[in-house]
Amino acid sequence: MSYLALTDADREEMLAAIGVSSVDELFEQVPEGVRLGRELDLPPALGEPELVRHIEELASRNVHTGAELSFLGAGIYDHYVPAVADVVLSRGEFLTAYTPYQPEMSQGVLQAIFEYQTVVCELTGMDVSNASGYDGSTVAADACFVAQHVTGRRKVVLAETLNPQVRQVVKTYAPGFGLEVVEVPQCGGVTNPDELRRAADEAAAVIFQQPNFLGCLEPAPELAEAAADAGALPIAHVDLMSLGVLEAPGAYGCALAIGEGQAAGNWQSYGGPHYGFLAARNDLVRRMPGRIVGETVDLDGRRAFVLTLQTREQHIRREKATSNITTNQTLLAFAGLATLAWLGPAGLREVGETCLALAQYARERIQLEPAFEAQAFKEVAFRTPLAAREVVRRARERGVHPGYALGRDYEGMDDVLLVAVTEKKTADDVDRLAAVLAEVCG
Amino acid sequence: MSTHEPGQTWPDAPLLFERSRPGRRAGRPPQLDLPVPEVAESLRRSRPPRLPEVSEPELVRHFTALADRTFGVDTGFYPLGSCTMKHNPRVHERLAGLPGFRDLHPYQEDEAAQGALELMWRLQEMLAEIAGLPAVTLQPAAGSQGELTGLMLMRAYFADRGEDRDTIITADTAHGTNPASVTMAGYKLAKVETDARGNLDLDDLRAKVDERTAGLMLTNPSTLGLFDEGIEDVARIFHDAGALLYYDGANLNAVVGISRPGDMGFDIVHYNLHKTFSQPHGGGGPGGGPVAVRETIEPYLPVPRVTRDGESYHLDSGKPKSIGRVRGFAGPFGVFVRSYAFIRAYGPELREMSEAAVLNANYLLAQLRDVYDLPYDRHCMHEFVLSARNLKREHGVTALDVAKRLMDYGIHPPTVYFPLVVPEALMIEPTETEPKERLDEFVAAMRRIAEEAATDPELVRDAPRGRPVRRLDEVRAVKQPVLRYLFEEHPALVPAE
Repeated sequence: MSYLALTDADREEMLAAIGVSSVDELFEQVPEGVRLGRELDLPPALGEPELVRHIEELASRNVHTGAELSFLGAGIYDHYVPAVADVVLSRGEFLTAYTPYQPEMSQGVLQAIFEYQTVVCELTGMDVSNASGYDGSTVAADACFVAQHVTGRRKVVLAETLNPQVRQVVKTYAPGFGLEVVEVPQCGGVTNPDELRRAADEAAAVIFQQPNFLGCLEPAPELAEAAADAGALPIAHVDLMSLGVLEAPGAYGCALAIGEGQAAGNWQSYGGPHYGFLAARNDLVRRMPGRIVGETVDLDGRRAFVLTLQTREQHIRREKATSNITTNQTLLAFAGLATLAWLGPAGLREVGETCLALAQYARERIQLEPAFEAQAFKEVAFRTPLAAREVVRRARERGVHPGYALGRDYEGMDDVLLVAVTEKKTADDVDRLAAVLAEVCG
Repeated sequence: MSTHEPGQTWPDAPLLFERSRPGRRAGRPPQLDLPVPEVAESLRRSRPPRLPEVSEPELVRHFTALADRTFGVDTGFYPLGSCTMKHNPRVHERLAGLPGFRDLHPYQEDEAAQGALELMWRLQEMLAEIAGLPAVTLQPAAGSQGELTGLMLMRAYFADRGEDRDTIITADTAHGTNPASVTMAGYKLAKVETDARGNLDLDDLRAKVDERTAGLMLTNPSTLGLFDEGIEDVARIFHDAGALLYYDGANLNAVVGISRPGDMGFDIVHYNLHKTFSQPHGGGGPGGGPVAVRETIEPYLPVPRVTRDGESYHLDSGKPKSIGRVRGFAGPFGVFVRSYAFIRAYGPELREMSEAAVLNANYLLAQLRDVYDLPYDRHCMHEFVLSARNLKREHGVTALDVAKRLMDYGIHPPTVYFPLVVPEALMIEPTETEPKERLDEFVAAMRRIAEEAATDPELVRDAPRGRPVRRLDEVRAVKQPVLRYLFEEHPALVPAE
């Protein structure tokens, strides 16, 4: 198969126009010593039907969330993705455009980013959002970079209940920034505001997660206040799908709100591509990483949209840029925009209520001891009488994936299983999980 | 050739929030006959978010209207230099959407994700062969994150060897991401100049490389579209000083199957899957930025690694010298499906892709060099840089004016004002998927614009007239930033409490 377009006749004409006799002549600038001089050792070319057959075969060897009753969550969730999200993704103009450097060619992309920024600001209670970051982990590193520059401090504090992958990414980036990373241990599944206040002394930022990785609702306003008391920027890592029922971080004093957008409009897709969101208070706008779209007018006074405040960015400011990001996750953010618009304020609240109700139902129906007392949003951690990984193995043999074994990330939690629900689950599904868990733990 | 009529009117595109009416809705998520527990007042949402309230038909029309106001590769020729705007095969979308991929949770047990892991492992192997380097991580989310990952790998490598090196050298033609990544990785930046033929200036380089130098970041061919003819000497200078070479894969589309970065002497390479290996650019993303390295740097690669053990595949996080994790999970898997399919469709003939890309670029160059200035008079690789300084000098028409006028001919402008070493730069990359007819249309448009610059410069300076908007007041966007919809100005559209 080939996606090339030139015929032999085209090629001859073009070579003549260039004034060379073969394509090889064009490559004479490549020194002999660095040429490959052989064919690439790759498997033979496949036509489209064979390609589809081969890749379908690979896909068939995965057990996806439609093939077993899955309660996996832990940062990536099986919320309903409406068909309108596919409408956006299937439009070739969105799919095959790039960063809207030329606004007259890209008003549609620019307007959709502006609408996305507005939706993120509304949900998080912030003043300004960027056009997206890579995922929920890299936006945390970006947020640390913002805080470091704004405060001049060289330490960040992470709640231990913050998604472990997010913490790992911050720790990977921190040495380059010259940042020290401190963690505040969890206590009963949540973060203690007083401990957080002590740790936040001289810190640039504090990042906590609401609802947290263990499924619990944190005392988020108290955590934000504790961080602010110490002069650190309070940063909340939040789930967009929770913000119809849970308070907006801006309403309890956060300087930045960040998170993983996957739950709102993206398929699980084995971990990506998804979108990270990053929103901030107005006073931080000039330190924001990434693309930002603003409204303006054209020469005739018509409303128009354009990439703005670009002197923050790498293509202008180079080594003094607020970030190196250029390619981002716009298309995935558009799926998020379409999904959140499809839900509207009522739908988003209803999704949140269903999650709350099902989590509570799971807590009541599953005959295991909840690991933590704090209220859950859509994930509940249970103590298991045998290793949680073994529970997973045995339950999967019965067609149910019961959730995430927290011992993979937390010492002393080898016997804790994190069960996630979304609005796609029913009470019957939870009953079946309860029955399977009773059987394998019995 | 198609041109839009000046003054053609485009329908208004109201904002989603302006299509909103209180009480209207599209989706109805399931509601269960279960009690909803109370959330403590301090944690409960106090004011409903002003999400749009729209019906599904209006929502579909909205996005259709926005798509209509967007120009993609599917719409027409898009020679945006250094961005490799090639055709995106539609079968990729079908494959990435297979339920076995789309609905696969990233924490699924390895034994229940063997197809996904095998695909990633095979992609790693193929990318390793293409780069000429043995070990690959797929994790980085985009090219610039690949750069940062590469610099972190250098840091870990030198720290492990007890060497204290603090400077990275970049070319004066480098993408802005290179210096920005250097800063984020905590390195100092030094710049090397380009000589009169467009190669790195070896004397300048020798003067700047010393025991404090950690490495070089270079894209080859450069952003001038020229292959560095002295690359073997460049590699020797760095390796003799104990430093490393990093290859920015932004321009890899020129040399696949012809010359491999590993064979050029590079130790660390990032690929842009969204450029060379045809991931749709999505209005700005997503991308993919895998990184390949030599054996000596392999221990430091990010975790998890995708490994093979006999016939089974695993995610392996047990790498004590790893720099850690640079993003979530094993990387943007959906991007991998597309790039894997792309490479499998070509097989060993992938070389033909680069040959066609280089032929197309040289054909355009040959037909335009007499009307625009050519700063470096050589055959180009997959892209080339012209200068509109002759039009500016003679007629007061700038590179930006040329770019805007191209829009009226139904063509997306090239990259302008980059690289910085060329004044009034027009950086043109046709890619391999364009047929000769589209190239000829571009040549005709560019030549006609050069004529228009002489005969009717106002026409060019006034362009575009055939797009939904004319040129924008970008200063106002900066001076009076409006970065979200101002609901306060439209109270009737706000949801009821």
